[in-house]
Amino acid sequence: MNLFKYSAPSIFYPLAGRLATGFAIAAVLLLAIGLYMSFFVAPTDYKQGEGYRIMFIHVPAAWMSMFIYLVMAAWAAAGMIWRTRLSSMMASALAPTGAMFTFIALWTGALWGKPMWGAWWVWDARLTSELILLFLYIGYMAMESAIDDPRRAARACGLLALVGVINIPIIYYSVKWWNTLHQGASIKMSESGGIESSMTEIMLWTMLIMTFACWFYTIAVALTRVRSIILERESKTVWVKEMLQQGEK
Amino acid sequence: MAEWLAMGGHGFYIWGSYGVTALFMIVETILVIRHKRTLLQRLGRMMRMNSEVE
Amino acid sequence: MFAALKCIIARDLTLALRHRSDVLTTVFFFIIVVSLFPLGVGPETDLLRSMAAGVVWVSALLASMLSLSRLFADDFNDGTLEQLLLTPQPLALIVFGKILAHWIISGLPLVLIAPLLGLQFGLGGDALMMLVLTLLLGTPVLSLIGAIGAALTLGLRGGGVLVSLLVLPLYIPVLIFGAGGVEATVSGMGAEGHLSLLGAMLILSLLLAPLASAAALRISVE
Repeated sequence: MNLFKYSAPSIFYPLAGRLATGFAIAAVLLLAIGLYMSFFVAPTDYKQGEGYRIMFIHVPAAWMSMFIYLVMAAWAAAGMIWRTRLSSMMASALAPTGAMFTFIALWTGALWGKPMWGAWWVWDARLTSELILLFLYIGYMAMESAIDDPRRAARACGLLALVGVINIPIIYYSVKWWNTLHQGASIKMSESGGIESSMTEIMLWTMLIMTFACWFYTIAVALTRVRSIILERESKTVWVKEMLQQGEK
Repeated sequence: MAEWLAMGGHGFYIWGSYGVTALFMIVETILVIRHKRTLLQRLGRMMRMNSEVE
Repeated sequence: MFAALKCIIARDLTLALRHRSDVLTTVFFFIIVVSLFPLGVGPETDLLRSMAAGVVWVSALLASMLSLSRLFADDFNDGTLEQLLLTPQPLALIVFGKILAHWIISGLPLVLIAPLLGLQFGLGGDALMMLVLTLLLGTPVLSLIGAIGAALTLGLRGGGVLVSLLVLPLYIPVLIFGAGGVEATVSGMGAEGHLSLLGAMLILSLLLAPLASAAALRISVE
């Protein structure tokens, strides 16, 4: 089965449509189950009371923000190695959703931090590197909109994503050491650490379901967005014209 | 119901985070779908225009 | 091959020294920005001393970023960049030469001026020494990483602002260990850890940045 067959936009376009609807349905289902579990099934935490339920959206969002950037860099690398235009389109289709999840991770982190540690923003290593990750996403999207020629945009953004992905571990560890060196930061992070280690079975399952829900949501949205990117870029090709005619009749 | 909404005093924070998350996810879905639909219409119109010209 | 490197560096240096004002603007920008902070924060010496490292380092970072757009722009506009791309020598070497020349023009002056500004903030002798050392290791990394951003945003409208958006997040580790090293010396802890990490970043960027910039140039110039 020649995988490269699907790298042709005309063949990928209908496939992406079917996949997108499938993943969208799965995402909605999982989200419903996950939300039900996080509010009604997961027990009240003995220390943090109900506040810890924010974890069920905060942690998946943070994982997704990191995971999407890695997938973006992988698509970007594939696009540059095999020169397939579709892979770079996939990378730029993922960027806005990744930026959204990063912002959600920061927002929910702040709202979880206020009741737990008494401060909206804590210069904790994870929150700070999440903020820097948001800057990387914004830089990626800014450059993509600044370059008009799509071919150059695809390859330039690809290179930026690769440079970014090399820097993510460096940024994370330097922020981590920076945080521990300035241990003057009054708020200790052990409580939330405690939560993650003492998680009961049910909490873990809820977290996983919510993560998969976010993952399928991302795939559905990215595939739909990549279809509109394909339409934009391939609007002059024959297969788009035929498709539009069929659509008309 | 009100008591459940209060979430043991943390209601504001919990609904604040879940609400914003839901808002962002719904808005993004709507934007993406609407963007594709308007794109299809625009391409359709352009194509009809070209076919009339020929 | 090293003849080509020497030639590129000599050419860039003579070009830069012909219109010396560019070099001076970077340095004066650095001095002005550093001197603004005490006016904003107040003259208490112990407060200034505790934030001296951070202020000098952030200003050095902004100053070196300011002069980034000039790295490839002049050659791009008058077409010599295409010629450079066609030379038999590896492009990464030529790009490395240009980055080195750019660092000598915009990075080195900052390193030399920094102790003077450190005195303004009441930094002691060994802290000043560490400030110079961290800047000496750090500013080349800023030029190297900045070159990737400059090459990517070549010829784009609003490229100057865009390059800062792309490159500032990547400067953060250098800033953390640069400023951290000086503070570690001020507070008596040794700064060997910071210096070795800065050195590691320097080696990593020396190796990867010219390659990435060369690839970015090929993308931008086509």
